[in-house]
Amino acid sequence: MFPFTLEKAGSTEAAIAAAATGARYIAGGTTLVDLMRDEVERPERLVDINRLPLGGIRLEGEDLVIGALARMAEVAADSDVQRLQPLIAESLIEGASPQLRNMASMGGNMLQRVRCPYFRMLDVGCNKRTPGSGCAAIDGLNAGHAILGTSDHCVATHPSDVAVALVALDAAMRVQGPQGERSFPVEELFRLPGDTPHLEHTLLPGELIVEIRVPGGPYALRARYLKVRDRASYEFALVSAAAALAIEDGVIREARIAAGGVGTRPWRLRACEAALAGRKPDRQAFEEAAQLATEGVRPLHHNAFKVALLPRTIVRALQMAGEVA
Amino acid sequence: MAENSSEMHSPGPIISRREALQATAGAVALAALPLQSAAATSSPAGVSSVMAVSMTVNGRAHTLTVDPRQSILDVLRETLDLPGTKKGCNQGACGACTILVDGKRIVSCLTLASMHDGAEIQTIEGLEKDGELHPLQAAFVEHEGLQCGFCTSGQIMSGLGCIAEGHARSPDEIQFWMSGNICRCGAYPGIVAAVADAAERS
Ligand SMILES: Cc1cc2nc3c(=O)[nH]c(=O)nc-3n(C[C@H](O)[C@H](O)[C@H](O)COP(=O)(O)OP(=O)(O)OC[C@H]3O[C@@H](n4cnc5c(N)ncnc54)[C@H](O)[C@@H]3O)c2cc1C
Ligand code: SF4
Ligand code: FES
Ligand code: FES
Repeated sequence: MFPFTLEKAGSTEAAIAAAATGARYIAGGTTLVDLMRDEVERPERLVDINRLPLGGIRLEGEDLVIGALARMAEVAADSDVQRLQPLIAESLIEGASPQLRNMASMGGNMLQRVRCPYFRMLDVGCNKRTPGSGCAAIDGLNAGHAILGTSDHCVATHPSDVAVALVALDAAMRVQGPQGERSFPVEELFRLPGDTPHLEHTLLPGELIVEIRVPGGPYALRARYLKVRDRASYEFALVSAAAALAIEDGVIREARIAAGGVGTRPWRLRACEAALAGRKPDRQAFEEAAQLATEGVRPLHHNAFKVALLPRTIVRALQMAGEVA
Repeated sequence: MAENSSEMHSPGPIISRREALQATAGAVALAALPLQSAAATSSPAGVSSVMAVSMTVNGRAHTLTVDPRQSILDVLRETLDLPGTKKGCNQGACGACTILVDGKRIVSCLTLASMHDGAEIQTIEGLEKDGELHPLQAAFVEHEGLQCGFCTSGQIMSGLGCIAEGHARSPDEIQFWMSGNICRCGAYPGIVAAVADAAERS
């Protein structure tokens, strides 16, 4: 690990001032320490934000507001989260391990970096790590990589589970930075790789994630997260799907669907959602809608199985959501 | 890094295998290092800064000077001479380094000591009381929750967290909530039985 200095921010303003002059925020450290040890990340200054008052979970009207420093375990176990937004609790529990969830913050989770193995191998080309050095994954082992949103420069998936749920639920993010405060949909945090895969998110320099706001909705309670992976737990998704349904008088009024493990960012599937509106929640409707998920896929040598697995995962997640009493 | 512990650790007269390894490791590592890699992009050895950290480990207070890069795992093993906490992957993936910090199970390899001033730490070394194994330790022995034993201290510390969280009510639940601890020997049936047994008795 390269040397760095550690500052402990006593206030949000002090943290932002440190970041504005080049320091990196550190919360749980489960992404950053790992990548610093591998020398993929080499910050010279860290600012520890754990003492800032950005924790906790609260209700504001119908909105659930989750502090950026709330830990994954804490959010998943929160009774309001379980009662009002079970999709968030389920997607959190399906991610990482109990130990990591005790450490990892919600803000850090949004900004966790890719799990592409080549990203960590300093002696092979990786445009995300070293712009212009090529992409070892495109002709390498790429069973875990993306089929949607890829470019000739990077094909890595965004690894977060809870981000998939947040994108499905139209969550928004509040950030504070040297230029002040702003809010935007969580979905807009994530950039497509294009020809600049080293730029992953839309935060401005020094911006700090303050909180995540999840609006209530008629679909929030009939919502499930299904994660398909190489082992039953504690593994990143091959394909995952978040599905939420508002059903009235036996007809789907509104649907929310997003997928993980397939896209270079959490992948909202609006065409599938639109195809379900007004339909009866049966297998045929689910299958027809799920077929629309693979529009524009670009499979690689080893991950073409995801083209078949994605619609099946969506169908199953929709069935699970439909079965919620 | 210097230790200024409230209790002195007097080295015993017999040199352990570990001490012998520690004494020679530096020389061996240097000799084994190909000349080229010394000039490559590896981290500069220089210490950027040092920080003072106080932590309580198994009830004993310590004031330490650490390099900000040091994990709690390395401080436990190298500075405090508590090698019961194991280093498996050093990447947060295996659970061998699990300890309790302020009562919660975490992986110590991804936890910087410099960020945990004032932390209350429990490790496997603190479980035995007056020569008696902790009930969960005894359950691991009774149910043969181990083979080679490398993952065991992490399993037991994680098991304590699992039971305290209320996630040990059935074998299925234990499997899911203990999944952060990998056992290469595959002693899982015994591990699940030991955690279930200790949970029932607690
Ligand atoms: C073995 C392993 C398995 C995992 N499995 C999964 C999984 O299955 N599913 C899943 O979703 N995740 C998984 N993770 C990833 C884990 O969830 C993330 O590492 C974690 O959420 C990151 O949060 P943190 O607080 O530790 O972030 P840190 O490591 O502290 O920070 C990560 C990044 O976010 C920035 N940052 C942190 N907080 C803020 C803020 N408030 N504002 C602005 N920037 C900020 C930091 O500067 C850094 O760039 C796994 C991780 C490991 C090590
Ligand atoms: S897929 Fe992206 S992260 Fe992986 S090697 Fe290619 S550029 Fe790097
Ligand atoms: S050594 Fe910490 S999780 Fe493997
Ligand atoms: S007992 Fe050998 S790794 Fe678990």
